[in-house]
Amino acid sequence: MRDYAARRLLTLPLLLLGISIVSFTLLNLAPGDPAYIILKQQSPGEAPSREAVLALRQELHLDDPAPLRYGRWLVGAVQGDLGESYRSSTPISKELWRRFPATVMLTGVSLALAVFIGIPLGITSAVWRGSLLDGLSRLLALIGASVPSYVLALLLILLFAVKLHLLPAIGYGSPKHVLLPAIALAAGTSAQLMRLTRATMLEVVRQDYVRTARAKGLPERVVIGRHALRNALLPVVTVLGVNLGHLLGGAVIVETIFGWPGVGKYAVDAIFLRDYPVIQGFVLYMALIFLLANLIMDLAYRWLDPRLHFGKQGS
Amino acid sequence: MRRTLSRIKGAGLRSRSPVLRFLTALPGRMPRRLHIFLTDPASLLGLLIVAAIVAAALAAPVLAPHDPTAVSLERRLLTPNSEYPLGTDHLGRDELSRLLYGARTTLGTASVVLMAVMTIAVTVGILSGYYGGRLDTLLMGLVDLLLAFPGLILAVAIAGTLGPSLINVMIAMAAVWWAGYARLIRGMVLSLRQREFVEAARAIGASDRRIMITHISRNILGPVVVLATLDMGWIILGISGLNYLGLGAQPPTPEWGAMLNDGRPLLQLAPRMMLYPGAAIFLVVLGFNLLGDGLRDVLDPTTYQR
Repeated sequence: MRDYAARRLLTLPLLLLGISIVSFTLLNLAPGDPAYIILKQQSPGEAPSREAVLALRQELHLDDPAPLRYGRWLVGAVQGDLGESYRSSTPISKELWRRFPATVMLTGVSLALAVFIGIPLGITSAVWRGSLLDGLSRLLALIGASVPSYVLALLLILLFAVKLHLLPAIGYGSPKHVLLPAIALAAGTSAQLMRLTRATMLEVVRQDYVRTARAKGLPERVVIGRHALRNALLPVVTVLGVNLGHLLGGAVIVETIFGWPGVGKYAVDAIFLRDYPVIQGFVLYMALIFLLANLIMDLAYRWLDPRLHFGKQGS
Repeated sequence: MRRTLSRIKGAGLRSRSPVLRFLTALPGRMPRRLHIFLTDPASLLGLLIVAAIVAAALAAPVLAPHDPTAVSLERRLLTPNSEYPLGTDHLGRDELSRLLYGARTTLGTASVVLMAVMTIAVTVGILSGYYGGRLDTLLMGLVDLLLAFPGLILAVAIAGTLGPSLINVMIAMAAVWWAGYARLIRGMVLSLRQREFVEAARAIGASDRRIMITHISRNILGPVVVLATLDMGWIILGISGLNYLGLGAQPPTPEWGAMLNDGRPLLQLAPRMMLYPGAAIFLVVLGFNLLGDGLRDVLDPTTYQR
């Protein structure tokens, strides 16, 4: 276990390094001269002079070769300095850190909703397979998997904010505010969890040890709850990590719709202001969070399933 | 992570799965499986929805009652009437015509992305699986890198950095979407490489290039196309998401995600402007999901029971 965790921790910086190269290349592919864009941002309306652009290029070391600039950026990034926003000249890491709790809250509540709706529905659906309840939850899962978060978000706003005046459409602060965005974000994931739980549960229920448990006269509640459920949930735990990625990605759109002051909205705002260092920092930051979360998820999975041999880990 | 991904994309994605075994024996068993597929109401409904939307997209110039981009300020925000069956939008453009032409944009973009994804994935997968060694390590390292990261976030960043346009959305989607397939195809190639017919081809002096193009790629193309169809719903979701953010189709091009974005500020005044394109995206994704589930059930009856 400890070996496995250590190996995973060692590959983490490698992956981050790879992603940093990808995002740095991306920054260099961006059309337009950063110096020109910065000057334009600072004094909109007038075209910056050639001299001013050249001077700023010098100041920002933009004429240095790309590997040198990458190295400089990397040294900063390792120390937690992702550079400054073109737009506001505020440090990007500070802004990301400030907005982080809002995104964590949104994705956290969504993940909780998805888990507490998707998994129980999947279990009941599998246990009473073919019943009306099964049919209804499968229909619900199908709809949930097909409705895009942004469409659901707009529908929820229309229904609960515009028509019924029950919940606020935009804003941040009270528990009431998180409800609509979290539901919009959670729908797809909970549908997926429901389908997966149902499928694995149906598979596990056919296994010999479940038959044995029934044969020795255990009540159905114990057979399902103790014997079947534990094994059925293992794959579901693995998928949670990937789903967190879907949630973080979806949060970018949902945060924009609900005016949620999270990391995703920061990035989308930056895109329209052509604030490239912010986009770059955002990609790296999200990668770090996603990779760490997945590491924790994988370790939890290994801890839950003693059958896995930690030493020999082939693909 | 790899295991997780293959699980998410469906039970039948592993290289030695019944799906692939079935597809290699496709012609002989076709009628029975086709019968199963066609008698399942859910799959049929999916097929029907997809076929209807594709037909609507193809026939848009004939079906559309008006020019989808004709602006008229006197006709703005008309409620549905006999001349404008679904009303008009905030610029007086006919909603029905925009929806029909929007189907072209959305489905067209998704098809281009799918083709680009398949081209990259097949090339990388075959090269990696066939040659192995350092090239394999390098390419699969890149694949792992892309799979280790939420695709939509990277797609948003790429599309945003390159600047808003439909082409950049396609580039962004293709750039993040190919990795999973490439890994899958590599696995298929690894097992195909051991087969007798490849050995025979090599024995009669076929070049590597010829073996890869004629012998290997033909054997993986069928399964790959089927697998890709299963994923069409996801691709459409991603594309309309980027379009909704305003990163894709620029006015006046009709596109469902962009139309949804147009409708957002008018949510209170004219909710239908958001409901129509929302329903359209939902329907097409639902159609592809039903179709995909049906195909998966038919191709892989042992691991996926209803």
